[in-house]
Amino acid sequence: MDVKFPVDELILIAPEIILCGFGLLLLLIEVFLKTKSKSFLGILTLVSAGSALVFVLKLSSFSTDLFFGLYSLDSLGSLTKGLILVMLILVVIMSLRYVEREEVISGEYYPLLLFSTLGMMIMVSSKNLLTIFVGLELMSLSIYILVGLFRDNLKAAEASLKYFLLGAFASAFLVYGIALLYGSTGSLDIKGYLEVIAKGDTSTVLIIGVALIAVGFAFKIALVPFHMWTPDVYEGAPTSITAFMAAGVKSAAFVTFLRVFYTAFLPLIKQWGDILWLLAVITMSYANLTALVQQNIKRMLAYSSIAHAGYILVAFVTGEKILSSSIIYYLVAYTFMNVGAFSCVILMGRKGEENLDIDSYAGLSARHPFVAFCLTIFLLSLTGVPPLAGFMAKFYVFSTAIKAGYVWLAIIGVLNSVVAAYYYLRVIMYMYFRDPVKEIGRIDLSPSYILVSLICIFFLIYTGILPRELMLLAEGAVSVFF
Amino acid sequence: MKEYIGILIILIFANLIALLIVGLSYFLGERKPKKVKLEPYECGMTTIGPARRRISIKYYIFAMLFLIFDIEVLFMYPWAVVTKNLKLFGFIEMFIFIIILLVGYVYVWKKGALEWE
Amino acid sequence: MVPIVFKWIVFLVASLLAIFSAIMMVTRRNPVHSALWLVVTFISLAVLYFLLNATFIAISQIIVYAGAIMMLFLFVIMLIHLEKGPEELKVLGASKIFAIVLTVLLFVEIAVGVYYYRVTTFKPGPMPLGDAKTVGFLLYTNYLFPFEIASILLLVGIVGAVMLAKRRKE
Repeated sequence: MDVKFPVDELILIAPEIILCGFGLLLLLIEVFLKTKSKSFLGILTLVSAGSALVFVLKLSSFSTDLFFGLYSLDSLGSLTKGLILVMLILVVIMSLRYVEREEVISGEYYPLLLFSTLGMMIMVSSKNLLTIFVGLELMSLSIYILVGLFRDNLKAAEASLKYFLLGAFASAFLVYGIALLYGSTGSLDIKGYLEVIAKGDTSTVLIIGVALIAVGFAFKIALVPFHMWTPDVYEGAPTSITAFMAAGVKSAAFVTFLRVFYTAFLPLIKQWGDILWLLAVITMSYANLTALVQQNIKRMLAYSSIAHAGYILVAFVTGEKILSSSIIYYLVAYTFMNVGAFSCVILMGRKGEENLDIDSYAGLSARHPFVAFCLTIFLLSLTGVPPLAGFMAKFYVFSTAIKAGYVWLAIIGVLNSVVAAYYYLRVIMYMYFRDPVKEIGRIDLSPSYILVSLICIFFLIYTGILPRELMLLAEGAVSVFF
Repeated sequence: MKEYIGILIILIFANLIALLIVGLSYFLGERKPKKVKLEPYECGMTTIGPARRRISIKYYIFAMLFLIFDIEVLFMYPWAVVTKNLKLFGFIEMFIFIIILLVGYVYVWKKGALEWE
Repeated sequence: MVPIVFKWIVFLVASLLAIFSAIMMVTRRNPVHSALWLVVTFISLAVLYFLLNATFIAISQIIVYAGAIMMLFLFVIMLIHLEKGPEELKVLGASKIFAIVLTVLLFVEIAVGVYYYRVTTFKPGPMPLGDAKTVGFLLYTNYLFPFEIASILLLVGIVGAVMLAKRRKE
């Protein structure tokens, strides 16, 4: 047996190597230099994310299988990797100030962000369930720790523990499903399943395996009834991490879900289509109705993120390969809306006083018109008001459902968006038409939040008015399913 | 399976000898139990309270770190078996693996997690 | 002929021991005793893996489960164990009934599975799937990528353990 080290393939995973290398470097810097100021680490993280992004863009034209088929490079993976890295950059810019303000003494914050991003990138660009699982675990494990960063805070500790226990449970479902699939087909490669299923070889064990894998992913993207952790974890986690989870974990898990199901299990759509249809309806309705009564803005955004997963699922259940580009578009728009919204939530707070209840936002427009304006844009985009990207995203998703004959599902989705408009607009109403209820003191208006907000606003308006470019990219990405 | 016969023989002999020694001392030895003799320690301080007490949480981090490094070592068993065939390739692979975990080790050390406070 | 008979004997001893120690583990009052009986179960399972030629799986069963995981179990028991000694348990609580139902279901499931797949004769594994050599070749050639990622996963585990469990110096 003579095996050669695939040296020439190493350049193709340069983004992953950069993230990993910088992660290790930052850990060592943290323990050896013990610098008081963590912004140095943050800037190094920005450098690594930026250079990884450059490599992802350079490599985006490649489409090949690497490392004996255990890892792949294709347009879907490249686009998602780019999205995740941009999201990381935004979160790190936000963190530069947030970490200082909350006096985070753990320099592990940045390396863990890098490792988590690495996990997401591995997860979205593999066609092998084993690699997907390892990537997913790397992502999750880092985030469990990041959620519990303020471990002296009771809520954060509870959130971390809860997320860890339920996450471990979901991983067990996923790995059990993978085991059953392997048992019934003898393959871990998702293309291998397609061959077996195409032969008409569908045993009960295989179907159970598919169902268990769906449950595992449903947990990560927080579909009702696997959403129980979401509000508590989003509330308890440091807000920058909440943004990271809401945007990153959801996008990565959804893209992987899409890849696995659209590559391998599309012939079985009769078996899973109806169940996911029902899940989409329950998810949208439950999350939107619950969000109506939330007084805490982080919890409200948590329920809103569950609801958005439901909207995306509307396009998912159609099983239309070409139209699945709407899912990618939605995820991109959703990432920017959420990161933007959370950056506004962060800048409303100070150390020890986060000002999360909705009363804190009353009369904000008079005192901080800029902040009120930014938050309004993000909330309007989440509502789906033209000309913002959120509108185009919803439009594409629902028109996908209609084109595929799921008219009722689209109607339920639109009705849900109307319900959702209430709780988004309520915050805007508080900001513009209510008198201040309580004194919130000086808010933490630092350049890093302003920068993030401006980038997100620019992106939302740009892709909202000119959605064509992004849509073409998304269509290029989903071309891997053909 | 034949190569395990040796292990079986060792197993049998080890058990026999152990049984023999314990059994002989049990049957031949002289025992006159007294209350003092049956106490866990014959000398030193008299016992205070039950032995079953809550131990410090500080031990737990050692247990967790042990588990992780234990799994690391587990990866080396199959590697050791095939390293002759894989030559330099296998060496580089394991080298990268160890380097990454070495960073973890250095981290634990410098962080003072191995110190007893 | 002799090896077959010998294997049968080892199989019977190991499997009976596994069942016996599992029952002992569930019925002990003292959690530490339960944990020790669980070690016996793990080791007899390892013997069964050996019989299937899955030597690597057998060794990892002993090193990871009987060794490291059981140590964690014992630590947890000792951490939460109060001075009161073994707790008097309720005879039949709701959780116990639930557990019994679940166990019976699982047992039926396994029985049906065994019957369905007609595992009537004892056959040692034809291919040494869990052999250290096979695992080694697969892990260090085909599965090289996930293997390297696993090291980062372990590293994050280390960082997590230290960050969340270590007392911080003020």
